[in-house]
Amino acid sequence: MEKVLLRNIDVPDSHTLAVYTSRNGYRAWEEVVRNLKPEQLIEQVKASGLRGRGGAGFPTGMKWSFVPKDSPKPKYLVCNADESEPGTFKDRLLIEKDPHAIIEGTLMAAYAIQSHTAFIYIRGELVFGTQVLEQAVAEAARAGYIGKNIFGSGYDLDLIVHRGAGAYICGEETALLSSLEGGRGWPKVKPPFPATHGLFGCPTVVNNVETLAVLPWIIEHGAAAYAAMGTEKSKGTKLFSVSGHISKPGVYELEMGYPLVKFLQEDCGGVPHGRKLKGVIPGGASMPVLRPEELEKVNLDYESVQAAGSLLGSGGVIVMDDTTCMVRAASNIARFFAHESCGQCSPCREGCHWMEKIFHRIEQGHGDKNDLDLILNVSNNIMGNTICPFGDAAAMPAAAFIKKYREEFEEHIAQKRCTVRME
Amino acid sequence: MALEFSPEAYKKFEETVNRYPKREAAMLPVLYLAQQEFGYLGQEAIEYVARLMGQPPARVYGVVSFYTMLYTKPIGRYHVQVCRTLPCALRGAEKLTSLLKKTLGVEVGQTTADGRFTLSEVECLASCGTAPMMQINDAYYENLTDRKVTEILAALK
Repeated sequence: MEKVLLRNIDVPDSHTLAVYTSRNGYRAWEEVVRNLKPEQLIEQVKASGLRGRGGAGFPTGMKWSFVPKDSPKPKYLVCNADESEPGTFKDRLLIEKDPHAIIEGTLMAAYAIQSHTAFIYIRGELVFGTQVLEQAVAEAARAGYIGKNIFGSGYDLDLIVHRGAGAYICGEETALLSSLEGGRGWPKVKPPFPATHGLFGCPTVVNNVETLAVLPWIIEHGAAAYAAMGTEKSKGTKLFSVSGHISKPGVYELEMGYPLVKFLQEDCGGVPHGRKLKGVIPGGASMPVLRPEELEKVNLDYESVQAAGSLLGSGGVIVMDDTTCMVRAASNIARFFAHESCGQCSPCREGCHWMEKIFHRIEQGHGDKNDLDLILNVSNNIMGNTICPFGDAAAMPAAAFIKKYREEFEEHIAQKRCTVRME
Repeated sequence: MALEFSPEAYKKFEETVNRYPKREAAMLPVLYLAQQEFGYLGQEAIEYVARLMGQPPARVYGVVSFYTMLYTKPIGRYHVQVCRTLPCALRGAEKLTSLLKKTLGVEVGQTTADGRFTLSEVECLASCGTAPMMQINDAYYENLTDRKVTEILAALK
């Protein structure tokens, strides 16, 4: 398979403008500004079939087309580089190794909606990544790709790199915008959607790093070339971050629709130390875990993973072998969500902490036989009852762990201790 | 004397707020600047930032208390942050925390008596493929082994 997103990362000094332009960098940007109208660019991206890579998989070109063309307000484009989903580290790789691809894609998306101010919102912990991006933006601005009257077209665009300060919720687009407005990262009720009422109430589009970084390739090679890869509904390639009990963890680029079992066994070297696979979370910690027998028919595209009862999400594949205590794993994830709940909606603010406490007491050997149904009840009362998808993201994995490994939870409660060895 | 920015920091502050389409959008970078200047964001620092930004101190405090990277209390010169989330936990994060507790002689959340090290556990730092890992101040340390950790800490003393 031809590398699309990872095409530059192994080249020495891939983060520099000199290397990026030597590999056709910013040619697509020049082509767009000189020869394409915004609506033509939107049409091309629609034709490519590209869907947002942040987790929701919404068609990118369609998202742009919701921005009103006649609005007198300023418009904003935000690149979401607040990568925080447990098990996901693909955007960080692109930020550190191919910042200009992200910048070029951000410029193109801003042009598509005719924004004159764009932001890259990067998570606060990525200090090195922030420095790489800031240097890359400065280089691109000196070369005239960002700023006033780009390529003599009369189009002006400013790009600001903005650091978050440690809050998982800011990866949710409306929370990100609240944070960028200088407040707590609190999600907002949708509708109205950011496309009409976003940053400071102005039309705004938020796109993920991976979504934006692929745009230069699509313009350079054509929408049809991109749409020729992948499956009917999940086009192109996608990055997968693989972690946990796996021989070769790391970031992989695959054509959408690649078989999951083949990927884990052949590409990632399988589970090490001759141990057996016990479970896989296919799309980051927010997504339901799958048992080994559920993986057989799963292909890595949005539809196939959903048909198996989970979601592709961010493509963060977390692998667990047979030494993993599922009570402990579930407890760990519940603690994550309890820590990260923004506190705005009571079902999530209270429920996440209840689930954490109950999982913890089972793990510690103080569980009660009614605790499992209690967690399912709490989870069910969070689902769909919060402003943003965080509530579902906390509720789904909790319920899935219990439903799929119930016998292990019951054993743990009955024995008042862990019966599985975990390192 | 009341807390205020040095002339250099004040210049940086003005550049920062002018960079943004609206002044309030500069809140996080200004808070980072204040934290860098004053070490942490106590009540005086929060009131000072509130005056500079033209906002009520309660709002600024609300922002500071929301984000894990903004500190309302002093911390050690080296902030050792171990990722504890599932992918790291599957690859030995708890052992790493135990080693750090033993080596530094503190519990999670505490600072060493000499003020050099603060030990924290944090959530996923997007370094799951190179677990276990820790962040010390601005730098990531990945694929950690006991030996590496000992060497890293020794180099910081």
